[in-house]
Amino acid sequence: MASATATAALAPGQASRAQEVGYVEAPIRAFAVITAFWGVVGFLVGVVIALQLAYPLLNLDLEWTTFGRLRPLHTSAVIFAFGGNALLGTSLYVVQRTCRARLFGGDDAAWFLFWGYQFFIVMAALGYVLGITQGKEYAEPEWYVDLWLTFVWVVYLVVFGGTIVKREEPHIYVANWFYLAFIITIAMLHIGNNLHVPVSLGSSASYSVPAGVQSAMIQWWYGHNAVGFFLTAGFLGMMYYFIPKQAERPVYSYRLSIVHFWTLIFLYIWAGPHHLHYTALPDWAQVLGMVFSVVLWMPSWGGMINGLMTLSGAWDKLRTNPALRFSVTAVGFYGMSTFEGPVMSIRAVNGLSHYTDWTIGHVHSGAMGWVGFITFGALYYLFPVLWRKKGVWSEKLIAWHFWLATLGIVFYITAMWVSGIMQGLMWRAYDELGFLQYAFVETVEAMHPYYVIRALGGVLYLTGALIMCFNLWKTVTDSEAAEPAPAASPAIAAAAE
Amino acid sequence: MFAWLRDHGIIERNVILMGVLTLITVSIGGLVQIVPLFAVETTIERVSGMRPYTPLELRGRDIYIREGCYVCHSQMVRPFRDELERYGHFSLAAESMYDHPFQWGSKRTGPDLARVGGRYSDDWHAAHLRDPRALVPASIMPPYAFLDRPLDYSDIEARMRALRAVGVPYTDEMIANARADLEAQARPDADPAAFQGRYARARQAAFDGDPTRITEMDALVAYLQMLGTLVDFRDVTPAQLRQP
Repeated sequence: MASATATAALAPGQASRAQEVGYVEAPIRAFAVITAFWGVVGFLVGVVIALQLAYPLLNLDLEWTTFGRLRPLHTSAVIFAFGGNALLGTSLYVVQRTCRARLFGGDDAAWFLFWGYQFFIVMAALGYVLGITQGKEYAEPEWYVDLWLTFVWVVYLVVFGGTIVKREEPHIYVANWFYLAFIITIAMLHIGNNLHVPVSLGSSASYSVPAGVQSAMIQWWYGHNAVGFFLTAGFLGMMYYFIPKQAERPVYSYRLSIVHFWTLIFLYIWAGPHHLHYTALPDWAQVLGMVFSVVLWMPSWGGMINGLMTLSGAWDKLRTNPALRFSVTAVGFYGMSTFEGPVMSIRAVNGLSHYTDWTIGHVHSGAMGWVGFITFGALYYLFPVLWRKKGVWSEKLIAWHFWLATLGIVFYITAMWVSGIMQGLMWRAYDELGFLQYAFVETVEAMHPYYVIRALGGVLYLTGALIMCFNLWKTVTDSEAAEPAPAASPAIAAAAE
Repeated sequence: MFAWLRDHGIIERNVILMGVLTLITVSIGGLVQIVPLFAVETTIERVSGMRPYTPLELRGRDIYIREGCYVCHSQMVRPFRDELERYGHFSLAAESMYDHPFQWGSKRTGPDLARVGGRYSDDWHAAHLRDPRALVPASIMPPYAFLDRPLDYSDIEARMRALRAVGVPYTDEMIANARADLEAQARPDADPAAFQGRYARARQAAFDGDPTRITEMDALVAYLQMLGTLVDFRDVTPAQLRQP
């Protein structure tokens, strides 16, 4: 059984089947390019708002460029534009290859998904800058944008599920379980958290159906599972395809894949209330959120082990394949974030960490380290395959990207650990007479050096991404073409092993 | 121990089965955590004093959301000694019962605002919003001088009707008088009787310092100045605050 699923990813002669089956590829190329583009946009806006916190003059005295309006632009650009396009593109690629079937709906459906999703992103982003927002983190797009995304998402589910239905392989490969869970759960969360009543049909504004404590619970049920299913389950699908491909090894354990999948998707949904510790949310809900968040550590590390151990017997490839280095380091960051998360969800720890930069650092070790790196690894793999090249233009530049980005993350998260814990401690510090020791603004002042270091980390990460874009562009224009006989080309051969 | 895993092949061969089982698996946690919050009555404490926002405060709250104030300011005082001393009584679920959606926030780049109402003067707020560093040199808040522009309240009735549709107890009378009430609140010399009859303890003032025109600044300051002031904690007993 283990080999039955593993061969789906490593089926022999797959490249020659590309012509035979007629995989849809042009829209996936577009997804790959736009992923890199939105990545740079998202990182750039991140650097700008990081600098605004260090140097408030950079708010520019304009209403459209204040931190309050640009921050949702940054989070949405990274999560939904960069991450979302990576997920759509890779899922449409992976589902065809692992099912040995042409995409359901063909090129037209894939192009609709591409343009429909970009339209969603641009509509949402324009809204943020103009001040059109629902006022809920990571669910800022207003009702009319939400409706459009719902439609695009239903088409996505039909295209993805339809391809699985017409598959040639008897089994559905594990990467597709995760992609499918991501698509279904995001649909549920998106609809559940965006129940809003528009002010009028001609108005961009709306009010949420639930209020106060119920709206808080629903928002973080959504918010944490945007992390759990958008940024985790979907990207785990990516891990389960691209790491075995690059390492040329089957997934470490089939049984662990099954346990990993069902426990992860069952437990994640419960974790939302850890965003609401010590608030007016009733204690029973907070305790449930804490307990399930701690338990969630186990399936998370089960998945990490499954990803890392896939390299058994192929660890030497880390030396020779810098793209694989990205994918594997991503799993390392995944393990780190999914250990830090359960720790921070413990109420006593959360009492200190909540409302501080520690949370921001935690999110970024996940977003930059896990989501970013697994995507970079996939892009370096996909470009030569999709453009029929022998390999990426420069492996040296991949190594530069890797080390710049890694250093950037280290700067970022260590600065946020220090500033977060320091600010949390300063808020609760008392002097010898029993008065609060610091005024709030003193704790803001103390953050300045760390905000500068954090921005520097962001600049390094952005620089790495720009190097990647240059390298991928050169791959398309200048790399040596793969020979028509796939076995003779290293990149295609890797796909075919 | 893992013999049952052999049967997993059935699920792996059937995408509909896998999709349905996935949907069931991911639904359970949310149902358990969300449904009781609507069903258990004591989730919202039985305290007195809460009233819907006045039309001016409502527009102020809309601007608070529009500008993304919630990304840097929380509105949720936790039951810790230092927060009690810094901000006041811990926040109650009842205090955001008319907030569609909640604005509890998740980050304190700036201080908590749940009880900022009445702590500073109207003039301080207006000056601080226009140029935060003129009053607090170390502040990193963006300047909001552009709020000194006329407030658009042409759709105030539609906004109140939408809120009534989701459960805020605006009466027909409140909606019919929305414009008059909004204008009365921003003008300290307007007759208070009718307005204050509809909105208990609402304060009338030239919030932006200029009684001749109604600006976005008026609305935002009016909103900030009522935050956390509705429940009178001298009357509250511990029994009233008990949640399940």
